Amino acid sequence: MFGRLSGFEGSLFDELRRMEQEVDHLFGAGPWSNGIRAVARGTYPPVNVGSTPDQVDVYLFAAGMNLESLDISIQQNLLTIDGERRLITEEGADYFRKERFDGAFHRVVTLPDDVDSDRVDATYRDGVLRITIKRRESVKPRQIEVK
Amino acid sequence: MNERKKVVTQTSTSGQAAKEQNRVTRPQVDIFEDDTGITVQADMPGVSKDRLDIQIDSDTLSIEGKAEIPMPEGMEALYADVRSTRYQRSFSLSSELDGEKADATLKDGVLSLRIPKRERYQPRKIEVRTE
Repeated sequence: MFGRLSGFEGSLFDELRRMEQEVDHLFGAGPWSNGIRAVARGTYPPVNVGSTPDQVDVYLFAAGMNLESLDISIQQNLLTIDGERRLITEEGADYFRKERFDGAFHRVVTLPDDVDSDRVDATYRDGVLRITIKRRESVKPRQIEVK
Repeated sequence: MNERKKVVTQTSTSGQAAKEQNRVTRPQVDIFEDDTGITVQADMPGVSKDRLDIQIDSDTLSIEGKAEIPMPEGMEALYADVRSTRYQRSFSLSSELDGEKADATLKDGVLSLRIPKRERYQPRKIEVRTE
């Protein structure tokens, strides 16, 4: 069994491993803020937020989402995402497990104060919705030259 | 005494690091059965087809996948619900299921896996003829 696991780790994914470890390292560390809008763990969909001096990226792990139901809005530094995932229940089948989320969701993310609400970009790929919000130029760290 | 304490600290630190690397997410699943087979649907957001690995042994179904999350250089985490990019979950199968005829599709991070029952286990309707 362990042989199989390490086989899976091997050849195919080697080059991506370093990057993944960075992701795991980055998002694996805690503890996380007790923000006033923080929600209980397990709330759908899970969200990650990361920042660089240039932009803030919000990742929603929402597989199989109905894209036409998606509504993303931003007011100052408050990002609101509404959406739906409707599952089709098989008629006449016996369900043993029903763990997957079914229905409408709503999440609010507080962003840093310096985001530019006019420059927002969203993409959906492999079930991950990525929303990129650029930061305002003026607040980026600037090199001051000494004359 | 001091030295001993140090050793203990080191052990627990490396244990912690190992735990961090082996962290996996259990994908949420729906499983249902009808007359002809069993279907497993699993949420694995971020996983593309080439980063998904499904193994069916005689009695075990194992699903593994790695999420790919595009990140800009030098990103710092502000908040994270998802703390691992690795999905893993396995189930034991029963003998009437025909793993060799299993069929899987992946769309928008949702895996749909169909394992049919062997023909002799599929219910047969008995026709009653009238004389």
